Order: sequence, then C-alpha cells, then structure tokens
Amino acid sequence: MSSLDSIYQELIMDHARHPQGKGLTEPFDGESFQVNPTCGDQVRLRVVLDAPPDADRPSSRLSQVAWDGKGCAISQASASIMTELVAGLPVDRVEQLDALFSELMRSRGAPVSAAVEDALGDALAFAGVSRYPMRVKCAILGWMALKDALSKALAGDASPARVPEGI
Amino acid sequence: MTGSSPQPEGGLTAAELVAIRADFPVLGRRLAGGHRLVYLDTAATAQRPRVVEDAMRDFAENRNAGVHRGAHQLAAEATEAYEDARTKIAAFLGAAPWELVFTSGTTGAINLLVASLTAAAGGRAEGAARRFALLPGDRIVVTQAEHHSNLVPWQRLAAVTGAQLAYLRVDAEGRVRTDDLADAVTPRTRLVAFTHASNVSGAITDVATVVRAAQAVGALTVLDAAQSAPHLPFDFGALGVDFAAVSAHKMLGPNGIGALLGRSELLEVMPPGFTGGSMVEIVTMSEATFQPPPTRFEAGTGPVAQAIGWAAAVGYLAALGMDRIAAHERALTARLLDQLGALAGVRVLGPTAARGRTGAVALDIAGVHPHDAGQFLDDFGLAVRVGHHCAQPIHRAFGVTASTRASLGLYNTAAEIDRFVEVLSQVRGYFGVVR
Repeated sequence: MSSLDSIYQELIMDHARHPQGKGLTEPFDGESFQVNPTCGDQVRLRVVLDAPPDADRPSSRLSQVAWDGKGCAISQASASIMTELVAGLPVDRVEQLDALFSELMRSRGAPVSAAVEDALGDALAFAGVSRYPMRVKCAILGWMALKDALSKALAGDASPARVPEGI
Repeated sequence: MTGSSPQPEGGLTAAELVAIRADFPVLGRRLAGGHRLVYLDTAATAQRPRVVEDAMRDFAENRNAGVHRGAHQLAAEATEAYEDARTKIAAFLGAAPWELVFTSGTTGAINLLVASLTAAAGGRAEGAARRFALLPGDRIVVTQAEHHSNLVPWQRLAAVTGAQLAYLRVDAEGRVRTDDLADAVTPRTRLVAFTHASNVSGAITDVATVVRAAQAVGALTVLDAAQSAPHLPFDFGALGVDFAAVSAHKMLGPNGIGALLGRSELLEVMPPGFTGGSMVEIVTMSEATFQPPPTRFEAGTGPVAQAIGWAAAVGYLAALGMDRIAAHERALTARLLDQLGALAGVRVLGPTAARGRTGAVALDIAGVHPHDAGQFLDDFGLAVRVGHHCAQPIHRAFGVTASTRASLGLYNTAAEIDRFVEVLSQVRGYFGVVR
C-alpha cells in the first residue's frame, strides 16, 4: 500500500463521502464548537445523555451524538466513525475510547497496545494518519468536540457553544 | 511538456538558474518515495543559499560576542559586523541604517509598533510623541487582505485605546479596493495598516493611492512588506509609507529576525514599545532616559548572527538583481496561471494574469479539501502550503475556509511548474470527485 493509500483507506473514503451522525438535532445536553487552527475547519457537536447517573448505574449513557462541520476527508471520516463507535455506550467507556484513540494518534505508526487494537474497531483505520503529525489534528477534531460536549453535559451545561463573531 | 522554454526578457538565464539551484543544497534532496523535492512554499519560508549559513558559521566560530558593550576585540568585531549588516540590509530595502530596527520578524515589528503606540496612548506622550497616542473615537484602517499579524495587533490597539477599527474590502481577485478609501479613511483616521502583497491572492496593493488618502488626513501608514520585499525591487523611501515590516526568512535569510522600518523623523519622537537593557542612557531607581533610534527600539540582546546571515542573503539577492528575480518569477507565474486556466475544477483565488501580482498562487479545488490536496501533492514530492495561511478574512471573502497555495521563489524552474500542474490534475480523480 502506498503511503497515500495508507492514509486514505477505502473505509475512510467511504465515511468521508457518507458521514454518519452528520446533521444537528435538538434538544441536546451539551454542545461544543471546535476549530482546527491550521486550516480553520470547524465542527459543532451535540450530545444527548439518557439520564443522570444514579446508585444503580454509576455512569450515564451517551444516547446520541450529532455533529455538523466542514473539513477534509480525515476530519469528516473520523467524526463519522467516532459517532458510530461511541453512540449508546456508557460515558466512562466513551472516555476510555477517547484516551485509546489519543494513544493511537500519538503512535507515529508504531505498534499500539492490545487495548487499542481491541477497542477501536473501524477507528483503527486512522493508524496511517498517526505518521503525519500535521494530520493528527484533523483526526482528533471530532473527538475533541465530543470530550468537550460530554464534560458540559455532565456539568449540566446545555448552553449553546460560543462561536466567534463574523465567522 | 518540457521545461526548456526560452528565458524571458530580463529574467534569469538557464545557466544562471542551474548555478542558483546548486547554491541551495536542500533543492537536491530526495524525499520519501524517491521523489525529488519540488519546493513551492517560499511564501511561508524561503530556502537558504549556502552563503547565508557560511556567514553565520563564520561569525559563530570567529567573532561571537555581545554587541554594543565590552572593550575586547571580539566585542568590537561583533558590533562592527552587526552594524555593517544593518547598513547593508537597510540599503537593500531603500532605508537609512538608523531607520531600520531589528525585530524577531514581521509579526515582531508590527507588535513593536503597537507596543510603542500603546505606550504613547498611556498618557505619558508629550509634544511630538502625541502623534502616536490614539484616543477613543479615532480610527484605525486595515484591509480584508491582511495576514493575521497585521490585523490582530491592531484589533488589540483598538481595544486598548478605544479607537474603532475599519477596513478596506478586497475585490473579486483579492486585491485591496482603493475605491473604498474615501469612505474608510475618515478625518479621525490616525493610522492605515495594509499589505503590500497578499500572501493568499498574491495581489499587489496600489500603495501610492492608499498613502495619498492617509496623508490627506494626517494618518500614519504601515506597510506589511513580508511578501513584497523578497520578490520585488523594494524602496522604502520611494514608497512614501511611514513604517514597513519585513521578515528575513522569506528572503533567503535565517529565522528569528526581521525589521521595522520607520521614517527617521518619526522614530526620533516615538516612545519605545519595549524597555530594558541596551536601549537606555541613564537609569536611576525612578526613571530612565532612552537612546536615539534605532537602538531605543532594540531592548535586550539582538539577533547578531541572524543579522549577519540576513545581510549575506540580501547580498545574494542584490548580486542577481531584484528586477531580474522579479522578471523570472513573473514568467513562472504566468506559465502557472496559464496552465491552471485549462484545468477543470481549479479556481485561482487571486488575479489570473501575472501582472500586478506575486507568485503566491492560492487555489480552491472543487470537491477536495486543501489538506487532502496537500497530502496528495506531498506524496509526489511537491511541497505546497495548505490551510488558511494565517489570513482567514480573505479566505472568507473568497467564500472558502482554506486553500492550497503554491508559491514561487527565484530557484523554481518551468519544469517544476509543469510537474506541479501535472500532479495537481490528478487530485480530483484520486478523491473521487471526477471519475
């Protein structure tokens, strides 16, 4: 596989053309707006939790992820694959997956832990991207928005994300 | 296609170009996949000829010492080399040596100016220095074509002083619209900051018209020359602006150094933006008096080795002649624009004729994000810049978020242009936009 094809795998190209979870919905429990500073690409992402945690179930479940944005094939595909991967999972599991995806993105193409391999599913397709530090920001844009939106939702902050004037 | 087109009138000869390329070791580099580097990112940073590194190494190995202090021989030689570099660079830019303040770069130069104006606005400006003190209700005019470094510092100054920020728009080709001047430059306008050449559209601004409008209301003029001085004959005195900012690393020099050029009668009365060592005369526990310019504006230890490297770079450019370099780059730009015009789905974000523009050519490729296009080009050894190039507003004016930019330097060849267009023509196919 050429280095180019190792980045733009068929799975990634499919998701870039047909992104999952794209299109904002209401209501939401947390919203985040993130920008990739190098290209100005933006993503707005909303999460819905099923219920606050209680004694029987110590973690809320992420019942829905919806996002919108514009960006390169990598950022769009990553947000799409992330949405499929995390929707419906308990929040603490989503946080684990975020940490594992970060580990993959830091790997610079080196072999990753079994935990990463076992957990990330289709998101492992971004292993090729990890060898290009300039593109890692593209792949993590959606994940950054997810992490931020989740932390707001867990803090009970359902306010719209702040967007700079004139954008 | 071949790269053996005849050299244009007034440009560089084929033999010269071969010799020039041999002076830049990195141009011989083979990249991953065995591709020879095609460097089309000079607007971001220019490659450096050997003479620049040689000059810096010679200084480090034989004369390195603190300047403007110390009585020993090395200190004297270092000071002489530093001031000699200032003289050579100033002459190259059409300024007197005392009109050239060394800074960390263009961004550093503009921020120094803003810091000086902020100091003046702080209420301590007296007499002639009041010229630099902006008041609430005063106006600062910028343009939509600005690099963030000539926009964000002025937003900050406006916020600090209560001045309002207005801007000149760009036309459909990304050129600063001078027909906006009458509306934008009001009697309360105190300063007009504008780019000489856009780092996105490549369009060259009609400096004389802007200067006339600013002078009519007594406003100061600040020219961002980061993209013009490296590519065109540049004469600070003849341009008639009050200040100009440049970076060495875009004109074959090292990183970490640039200059603020200022007309001497203004520098004489402008308060220093930064204070500390090297720029003072007498210091007591309660106050200090400042040295004359340019030293007044150079607090701290200066970038001595970098100044010496930069002087070698301008020596290299001057030996070839900026008019001939400009003619060479214009011919390459015309060749590039000509071929791009025949490419479906590729829009030039800037003037489509080589006249009145530089060789910074930003593109919008239908259906392909710039990051993806850049990745594809990189796979063939083509180094271009992708993103917003630190100029988000002009991209917004073009209706895009980011672009793919090829930018030319004196060492580029017609064959490289042809190779770029050949690979570029495959981008949309690879990403499935056209089958």
